[in-house]
Amino acid sequence: MTPALALENITCTFVSRDDPSQRYTAVRDTTLVVGAGEFVSVVGPTGCGKSTLLNVAAGLLAPSSGAVEVLGRPLAGVNAKAGYMFQTEALMPWRNTLANVTAGLEFRGVERGEAEARGRDWLKRVGLAGFGDRYPHQLSGGMRKRVALAQMLILDPQIMLMDEPFSALDIQTRQLMENELLELWSANRKSVVFITHDLEEAISLADRVVVLSAGPESKPIGDFNVDLPRPRDVADVRLTPRFIELHTRIWRAMKEEVLKGYAQQQKH
Amino acid sequence: MRNSRSTEGRLRVYQVALLLALVLLWYVLTSPTLLPPFYFSDPKQAAFNFGEPVEVAIRLWKWFASGEIYIHLWVTLVETLLAFLIGTVLGVIFGMWLALSPTASAIFDPYITAINAMPRVILAPIFFIWFGLGIASKVALGVTLVFFIVFFNVYQGVREVSPVVLANVRMLGASPRQLLRHVYLPSAMSWVFASLHNSVGLAFVGAVVGEYLGSAKGVGYLILQAEGVFDMNTVVAGVLLLTAFALILDWAVGIVERRLMVWQPRSSETERV
Repeated sequence: MTPALALENITCTFVSRDDPSQRYTAVRDTTLVVGAGEFVSVVGPTGCGKSTLLNVAAGLLAPSSGAVEVLGRPLAGVNAKAGYMFQTEALMPWRNTLANVTAGLEFRGVERGEAEARGRDWLKRVGLAGFGDRYPHQLSGGMRKRVALAQMLILDPQIMLMDEPFSALDIQTRQLMENELLELWSANRKSVVFITHDLEEAISLADRVVVLSAGPESKPIGDFNVDLPRPRDVADVRLTPRFIELHTRIWRAMKEEVLKGYAQQQKH
Repeated sequence: MRNSRSTEGRLRVYQVALLLALVLLWYVLTSPTLLPPFYFSDPKQAAFNFGEPVEVAIRLWKWFASGEIYIHLWVTLVETLLAFLIGTVLGVIFGMWLALSPTASAIFDPYITAINAMPRVILAPIFFIWFGLGIASKVALGVTLVFFIVFFNVYQGVREVSPVVLANVRMLGASPRQLLRHVYLPSAMSWVFASLHNSVGLAFVGAVVGEYLGSAKGVGYLILQAEGVFDMNTVVAGVLLLTAFALILDWAVGIVERRLMVWQPRSSETERV
């Protein structure tokens, strides 16, 4: 079966615009393959090029070398098969909730009445029925994340790219959102790449956890299958012995890199 | 709440009292008969220099009673609105273009700086030669004033579009044209609306100054005429009328602004969830 997403030997080197001699290689020779319907978490210390990798998969960033294949075809331009959920605020502040959710349909030329009906349906599914006429600034952080989730899911993307989407939320809201994400995902299994620096979040959500080394020149240093049964509750699953076992194993692989990453940051 | 309202009420009383005191002072000091002259040798000199409140009020009353003022107000209003609209449209087009095209921006940069630095009121004589003494020359003057306000705001607005919002909209499948229409334009317009008071104000300045420098209609023209015959009362009446006009314009802009900027958080507004 062709994988949903295949990043092969990706290297990303950034060159300083002011001084071309200053270069920074964020990711080197990284290969990441995500199967159809697979939920993969990518963890790594801060500044390890996780977002860079995701932007390459999204087609927002062209790699310096390496190949990106989406459903077996080489990627050119923005990845139309993928939805992207950003870490920071990405809603259009001048559009109300409903218009934000239906934006993608509008760009595709879906007729307005139908787009709004589907938009309302999605708002209901993410628990925001009746909030369609609010503007982003009138919503709480958690509600804005729900809008962003609906905005992505309404387009029914084959691949979901998520860049620490819940990291700005408080722990309770976060677990709530994680459970909702799992519920929506299990109803319609798509491929997910979920970036996070939180190992517990990574394990509790994913089928597979990929650990990246500390930057610069980070690359995968570990690949762990998560064989926890589904459906899961992200809060409860953390208390199971298997979870703790997995956590211990992955953490052992990660620890050294986290310390390295920390030392890197201290130097700057 | 009640406390702040009563404070506000008291402030209003003080404000009106101050106005009345000033008018009274004006009346007492300019009346030829009320006080013996202590500064000017001629008792009529003060009234000549500063006008008299009663005469000014009569002047204003006559203007409105006879209806002769309406055509002048109308002309000034039309000039202001045209200058505002044309200046805004040009400013938006140029601002978007230069902000999105680094080459064009680099080429035009020194010219924009130079033209912006130039005292543009001095262009009025040129506009009179080009467009005559009618509405067009005043509109042209107003446009040169409005254009730069809008231009710089649009430029800034486009440059400050959040890269995350931009990436998000691209991921949602927007074409370059849709990006322009749904991201750059709304972001730029929010800056234009934020400068609405300024640009309408300057359109008004352009209209009145243009009229004052040479025209056949408009409130600025009335002032120019009165000045020619040293009719200070009419000059003062014209100035007061223009002030009231500007206040009404500003108030109308405030209403429009509130309607258009509904999506922007206001600092005083608490989050409604």
